[in-house]
This record gives sequence, structure tokens and C-alpha cells, in this order.
Amino acid sequence: MNSELQEVKFYQTGTFTVGNRLLGETERAVQANMRRTNSLNSGHRACQGCGEALGARYAIDAAMRASNNQIIAVNATGCLEVFSTPYPESSWQIPWIHSLFGNAAAVASGVAAAMRVTGRTATRVVAQGGDGGTTDIGFGCLSGMFERNDDVLYICYDNEAYMNTGVQRSSATPPAARTATTMAVGKQPGNVFGTGKNVPLIAMAHFIPYVATASVANLRDLEFKVTKAMSIHGARYVHIHVPCPLGWGSAPADTIKLARLAVETGLFPLFEAEHGEITGRTKIRHQVPVADYLILQKRFAHLFGSKPDDERLARIQANADRNIAKFGLLD
Amino acid sequence: MLKQTEGSHAVAEAIALCRPQVICAYPITPQTHIVEGVGEMVKDGTLTNCEFINVESEFAAMSVAIGASAAGARAYTATSSQGLLFMAEAVYNAAGLGLPIVMTIGNRAIGAPINIWNDHSDSMSMRDAGWIQLFAETNQEALDLHIQAFRLAEELSCPVMVCMDGFILTHAYDRVDIPTQAQVDAYLPPFQPRQLLDPADPVTMGALVGPEAFTEVRYLGHHKQLRALSLIPKLAADFTTQFGRNSGGLIRTYRTEDAETIVVALGSVNGTVQEVVDELRNDGAAIGSVSICSFRPFPISVLREALQSAKRVVVLEKCIAVGLGGIVSDGVRKSLSGIQLKGYTVIAGLGGRAITRVSLRQLFQDAMADELEQVTFLDLNAEVVSHELEREAQARRTGPTAEAILRRMGTVASNIG
Repeated sequence: MNSELQEVKFYQTGTFTVGNRLLGETERAVQANMRRTNSLNSGHRACQGCGEALGARYAIDAAMRASNNQIIAVNATGCLEVFSTPYPESSWQIPWIHSLFGNAAAVASGVAAAMRVTGRTATRVVAQGGDGGTTDIGFGCLSGMFERNDDVLYICYDNEAYMNTGVQRSSATPPAARTATTMAVGKQPGNVFGTGKNVPLIAMAHFIPYVATASVANLRDLEFKVTKAMSIHGARYVHIHVPCPLGWGSAPADTIKLARLAVETGLFPLFEAEHGEITGRTKIRHQVPVADYLILQKRFAHLFGSKPDDERLARIQANADRNIAKFGLLD
Repeated sequence: MLKQTEGSHAVAEAIALCRPQVICAYPITPQTHIVEGVGEMVKDGTLTNCEFINVESEFAAMSVAIGASAAGARAYTATSSQGLLFMAEAVYNAAGLGLPIVMTIGNRAIGAPINIWNDHSDSMSMRDAGWIQLFAETNQEALDLHIQAFRLAEELSCPVMVCMDGFILTHAYDRVDIPTQAQVDAYLPPFQPRQLLDPADPVTMGALVGPEAFTEVRYLGHHKQLRALSLIPKLAADFTTQFGRNSGGLIRTYRTEDAETIVVALGSVNGTVQEVVDELRNDGAAIGSVSICSFRPFPISVLREALQSAKRVVVLEKCIAVGLGGIVSDGVRKSLSGIQLKGYTVIAGLGGRAITRVSLRQLFQDAMADELEQVTFLDLNAEVVSHELEREAQARRTGPTAEAILRRMGTVASNIG
């Protein structure tokens, strides 16, 4: 055991995170800087403990810093759009446009084309949407933007359901999760065990220059990935896991904890890929059983009733184990 | 420069002269040749400073145009039929955001049954989307209307649809006068957006608007169209000054001065209507016609002025308000509010059925004798209809209607036209 590490008490929070005050000036997070841009400013109407608001705030500020504050943002319909813009109380300090639910990637392609054709090439374009706007209704436009390799960074804030409309299932909703349209009733309560739809892997199949997954539990990693994405031209995709206390039935104070458990169980692997090849992965130090993550969320409460649903818990555990094996998350 | 060319290529040349900066394209018959034409000019370097983007759907085409326009680029696309329906959500959105996009519609029927031929059902479905809708009578007018459309759109910050009959215009080779770049530049100034996504002056566009302001936003959209009622004739007059020919405007009248019977129609069918009007005039009938160029905004007062002295109005439309009758007729009725005259709706040319001089002559004669039904389907095959109705009355499981009709009719090709 390295005694110096013990001295600075890396484990003081009971986690593997490192606080800003323990780091050198240059290594600190964007948000630790007093001159951060606050692109998504205070006063918005996100719920307490909203993972998406946190993720967007860090991601866009990092993108701002990486582009010398030359950003135009395009937003899909969804929580982020609604909670940030009831007029005249827009929280956006940057040029920002919302058009429709399913077209953020295409609108961003149009903005990028306008930048090229009018010679404003220093201005960068970021599109953002939730999992519904990305993996379902906006999927066609997203794939088109990838395939053309348009100069757009698309950020998906994945909270695993349509939260804005009242917590309905999306193609990013995990198996067994209760939503308003995958009710916790019947013989197989909650969402079906389908085949899944891993959009980061689908993005990689377009061989675009950069794909990454990130988590609000690891904000420095998130900022690093956004910054890296901004250093590249062409289509880029960052998929951020953002817990939703309202939709998941979790305590607002547990947002970061849940995001971390999703990573440490193997259910949400953190990795980077360039041109279709995985180039980096965040290893798990200690694999956590999926039950530790699921039990904190009311959307999985039916798995832990008077008699635990061992069979389906085992299937979820198998999914986590498969991820760990596939991405090589354990040494 | 005079040139013998296809309607689509004439439009492509007009678009290029308007110095578009972003063109997005998704193929659908019969507009395809337009974007192919412009695309080629971008690719071979004839049209510079323009991004040509092949998108994955019409929904994306309009969405790319929205992004481009909001970011300060002059944006253009074209579509038809199912394509317009597929982009419908974005069509409304472009107008709601007040983005001056110009789009050509190569007018075509909507399925099912799938049908690629001309009628006006597609653009009529978007008549209340907030776009200005101009209908071209000839290929020359289609070309000219695009040049006017960009100026109109950008002055009002409102999108404009230029509608031209699919195949009848898009695929017809005709002589057109293609203006010079200098002429177009003198008429159409560079795009000065009213709203712009710009990091130097950040704005929020497309915010959530609640009941406190939604009505006002919608009213202002309506108000834009009302302003277009005076701007469209002005731009048409400017166009005449600059280019030396008449094109566009709200409506055009043909031999209506002393007419007792006036036919109202949109688009290319006006050519045939005018020929039949001439024939009947030669026979001594007091008949004339009105071509509506601007369908949105609907030219209520000029139309009222043109029609008010007539005894009857026949509205000939290539679309149908199912369960009601006519779509154009509705507007014509509104413009005649308080005036007592006979009004007939004639649904004609659906799915590309030819509107012939013979049929129109008979139709107008019936109208003049007041022997028309309120709503008439021109050249409807009553025998086919009654047979099918009879068949449906006899059994429950009669199968798909369209296919049953076609099976009974036999060889289809020989029956077209």
C-alpha cells in the first residue's frame, strides 16, 4: 500500500473519487474554476438531484472551454429543453435552439453546414437529447449525421426512460424496470428482457472518429471525454448516464451514488472508441452485485418483494457480467 | 437567356441563381430532378459557396434546413407527396420558428393507394402550417416564383412553398427565359437574417411558450400572411420591372370583365381552362377564369372583387376535403361572404387523371345551365363505383377495394388518360 495515498485520504468519501482540493490547479474540474461559463445557468426548473442537469452543465461548460466559448447548441425536446427554457427564463447563456423531439442531430447538421458555408469554422456545434430523443425517435437523424460524418458533437443524456412525459419506457430502459408503460404487474412485472439497444456501439459501427460513454459519478472523466471530443472534427458521440430520482424512484441525494453503482456493477461500462475501435475503458476495482444498485430504486422494487425474484435478478447480473467480459472491465 | 428545358431543370437553374447556401435533398418523384440539377451544379463547381447535403429522410431534410436557416444560411429543399407528409412536423416547426426557408413542391397525390401522379393533395395538407404557398401556372412562372419566394420569405422571415404540378410541369420540356445572375442579384439581396444563432450574441430559439403568449405568437404568424397580401403584388411588380415579364401576384383574371360564369383554379390546369373559356367565348358564352397564385395567404379581397359581379363560380380543384367537398372552394366561399351567387365545386385530376378540354367544355356548359351538383367529380366512372358499392353490400369480406377495382378493369395502362 502506498503510504502517500493513505496520507491524502483518497478514500475519505467512501468512494474512489478525488476531490478538487486534492488536485493541482491544472487538473481541477472546469466547474472548480470561478470563471466557468455557467452555460446552463442557475434558476432552471430541474428536479432536485437531477442527473441530466448536472451532466449537461459539466458537458457544455467543458465544450465551451474547449472551443474558446464558440458553441451553438441544438436541443431535442425533453426534460432538458423544458426545464431550461420556460420563457423568458431561459437558463442558456449560449446560442441555443430547440426544434423538435426527433431532429436534433439533423438540425445540428444544418447549423454545422451554415458554419462551413459562412466561414464561421471556429464555431462548434453540440447537439443534445435524452435517451428517447436519441435512441428512439431521433435515431434516424442521428445515424444520418454519423454516416455523413458531419462536424457535430452529439451528447445523449441517458436516464433510461421518457421522463418528461411521465416516465414511459424507451429503448434504453433496462430489463425489469417499472415505467408507466412497463407496469410492475403481472407475471413478469416491469420491462421485457429484450436484446437491448446499445447506441454507443451502434455509433461505433458508423466508424465515426470518437465515441465515449460517461457518467455523472465521474465528472472529471466526463469533462475529459467532452474535451477530447471537441478536439476532433467530424461526428462524435458521448453517451452520459444520468440517474433520474423521479423516474427511478430514488432519493435525490443518491444520484451520484447510483451513477457510480451503475458503473461498478458493470451495467454501464465506461469506455472510449475511435473510428470504431475501443481505445480506452475505465476498469472496475471491485465489482458490485447488481442487487446493491437495483434495491435503491423503486422502479425495481418488485424484484425485492416478500420473495426476491432470483431468476430475473440473475439475468440482470448476467447482463452486467457480460458487459464486464466484453469490455474487459476487471483485471 | 431562352432555353428549351425540363421544368425541374429550369427550377434548378433559378435556385442556383438565388445563391442558396445550404441545400438538403432526399429523393421523391417527381421533384427529384430539381435537387439532382442543383446538386450537380454544386459538385461541378458552377454553384459555389453552397453545401449540398444528402439526408436520410424528408424529415431530416427540413430539419437540416431549419438548422441552417437559424444559423444564418439561405436554405432550400424540395419534396412531394409522402415526403411532405413525412416532414410535416418540421414543416410546421420551420414556420413557427419564423425561418425563411424556400421549398419546392412537385405536386403529387397522397396514398393509399400509392400513386405517383399529379394532384394538389400534398401541399393542401400543409395549407395551415404557416407557410406561404404559391402555385405556378407554367414552367416560366415556376422559375420566376422561386426568385420572388426567397425575397418574400426573407423580408417576412416566413417560409415559402412554391408548388408546381408534378410531371405536368416538373417533367415538361418548355421554353423558359432564364435570367442573368446580375438581374437576380439586383432583385434578391444577400440573406440578412432577422434572428441568428451566434456565440457573440447568444439567443434562445424554440423555447417553451405557454398559454400566456402562445396566441400572440400564432396571431403574429397570421399577421405575417396578411402582410404578404400586400407584399406579394409589390414583389411581383418589382419583378416585372426587373425582368420584363409578369409572374406571380395574388391572382390572375382571364376574360372576367363581363363574365357571368367564372372558373377558379390553381396551377397548370389554368392553361386548359383558358383554352376552353376561349372556345365558349367564341360560342357567345359570358365565361372567364381566375388563377389563384397565392393560396396562402388566401387573397380574399381581390378574389371577391374579381368574382362579385358574376352569377356563378365553378371552383375546379385537384384535391378533396373528404366528407366536405372542396378545399379551395372553402376559401372562395369565404371571399364571397354576403354575396348571393351559385357556387359549384368540381374535384378533378386526382392522382393524375387528365383534365381534358372536352370534359371541361361539357362541365362548364352544365354549370352555365345550372345543371351541376354542388360537388361534382369530373369524369368519375359511375359504373365502377356502383359495382364496387354493390359488391360491398353483398358480402362482408370483400377484400381490398383498390385492387378489386383494378382487377375488374383489366389492363391498367390503356385506361390512363
